[in-house]
Amino acid sequence: MNISFAESSARARVAHLLDAQSFHEILGPSERIVSPHLALLGVPSSFDDGVVVGRGTLAGQPVLIAAQEGAFMGGGVGEVHGAKLVGLFKRALRDKPAAVIVLAESGGVRLHEANAGLIAVSEVMRALLDARAQGIAVIMLIGGANGCFGGMGLIARCADHVVMSDMGRLAMSGPEVIESSHGVEEYDSRDRALVWRTTGGKHRYLIGDCDQLVEDDVAAFREAAIGLLGQSVPLNLAAMEAEHALLTERLTRFGGCSDALDVWRLAGVPEPLHVADLEASGMHVLKSLTTGELA
Amino acid sequence: MNWEALLDALFDPNHRVTCTGDLLSGSAEVNGRTVAVVGTTNHAAIGVELALAQAAAVLAVVREHPKRPIILLVDTQGQRLRHRDELLGINHYMAHLGCCIELARRHQHRVIGLVYDQALSGGFITSGLIADACYALPEAEIRVMRLPAMARVTKIDEVRLTALSKTNPVFAPGVENFVAMGGIRALWRGDLQAQLLCALADSSTQDERAFDGAARGGRKLAQTVAERVVKA
Repeated sequence: MNISFAESSARARVAHLLDAQSFHEILGPSERIVSPHLALLGVPSSFDDGVVVGRGTLAGQPVLIAAQEGAFMGGGVGEVHGAKLVGLFKRALRDKPAAVIVLAESGGVRLHEANAGLIAVSEVMRALLDARAQGIAVIMLIGGANGCFGGMGLIARCADHVVMSDMGRLAMSGPEVIESSHGVEEYDSRDRALVWRTTGGKHRYLIGDCDQLVEDDVAAFREAAIGLLGQSVPLNLAAMEAEHALLTERLTRFGGCSDALDVWRLAGVPEPLHVADLEASGMHVLKSLTTGELA
Repeated sequence: MNWEALLDALFDPNHRVTCTGDLLSGSAEVNGRTVAVVGTTNHAAIGVELALAQAAAVLAVVREHPKRPIILLVDTQGQRLRHRDELLGINHYMAHLGCCIELARRHQHRVIGLVYDQALSGGFITSGLIADACYALPEAEIRVMRLPAMARVTKIDEVRLTALSKTNPVFAPGVENFVAMGGIRALWRGDLQAQLLCALADSSTQDERAFDGAARGGRKLAQTVAERVVKA
C-alpha cells in the first residue's frame, strides 16, 4: 500500500522508512526537552522541539535518523532542535552507522529564536561535514509539504546524497520573501506552477541539486535510502574541484535563463511543457537523455 | 569601517588584496606572516556568481598555498533575493562555498572570520559562521531580521519583542547578542592586528560555540542537549 511521504507525520515517516519496530527514539517527547525561548514569547512549545532523532536499522544495517516535523513551526530550527541534529551527527562519529539519514522539512531558521537558530544551522553543518569526513554517508530525504528552505537548504546540500519527490521543494529563499522584496513581477508566490518548477523535485533533479527522484511514497524513499547506505562521497580537493567545475558549467549554460522551462529546453528536454505530467520513472529516462551532467 | 581602512588596520603595509565588484581577495602579511584574504564588501548580496567566486578563491588557496591561514572578511546583506538565483540553485552554490571552507580547515588552514560591517542571515552561514572562530567589530551589525519584520512574521507584538530583547539575546539583532550566544568568539577593539595574531594562535578546529554560549548564558541548552543525544 502506498503511504504518502508528504502527508505523513515525522514519526510516521521514520516508522515506515526503517525496518519494522527497529526505531529507538533519543530524547523523545517523554523527556520533555522543550525550547526555553518559545514560552517567553507566549508561543506553544513541543516536547520534541519539532524534530525526531534516534537510531534503528534499514535493511538490517544500523543507521541514525532525524525527521523534522513540518507541522510544528514549519520545521524551523531553534536552539534545541538544532542541538538534537548536532548531537546525532556527533554520535555518528562514535556509532559509525551505515548512514545518517535526515528527513528534512523546514523553512530554515526559527525566527522566534533567530540568533540561536542561525548559529545552530552552522553548527549542524560543521557536525555533518565532520561525519562525512569520517566516511559516514549522510542522506537527505526531502518530500514534505513545507519543503526545505533557508539554512536547512544549505545543510541539505552539504550531504552526500539528496533524494527528493516531485512534491518536495529545495531552495534558499521562499517565494514570498522574494516577492515582498522585489515585487510580484520578480517572483509571483501565488503562481503555483512557477514555484513548483523553480523549487520542486523535478527541476532539482534535472539540474543536479538532487541525485535521485522518487514517487511520493515512503517505500520509494526507503528503497532509495537502502541503495545509498555506506555510499560516502569523498570530501577532498579533487571532489570539490569537480563540484566547482559543475557549478561553473551550470552558470555558463543556464545563467541567461529566466524560467525553468528555458533551462530544461537548453538541457535537451524535448518537451519541457510535459515534464509536469511525468512520473518519477519517466523523469529517470528524461535525465538519461539530457546532455551530460548539469551539475 | 570601510575595507581599505580595515586592511590597513589588520595587516602590514603593502597588502595585495583587491576589490573586484563586491569580492575582496588576495594576500597580506600579519606581522610578517602571509595570510589569504577572502571576503565581500558593499553589503554584498550573495548571489550565485559571488558565492562561486569566493569558493574559487578558497580553493585556489588550498591548491597553491598549503596551510596558509584564511581570513574571511564579512559584509553581506544575505543571500540575493532573486528568482534567477533560486532557479540556478543558490543554496547549492552557497553550500559549496561552505564545503570549500571546511575543506581548507581539513587541509590545516586556520580560518578566521571577521564581521567588519554587516552580516545578515543566510549570507553569514557559509562565510564567517563556518570559520574556526568568528569575531566582529563592535560597530558591526549582525541580524537575521529586524524586530518590526519579525513582529509581522511571528505575529508577536513589536512592543513586547522590543521589551524582551533588552534582556534576552536569542532573537534580537546585535553583535553583543551573538557574543552571548557563542556565535561570535569576541569583539575586537583597539589594535586589530594584535587581536588577529591572537586569534590565529588560539584558534581551535573544534566547534566551541555551544560551550561558549552556555558559559555566557545565552544558549544554555545547546551543548547539554547535543551531549545527551550522543550519550543516550
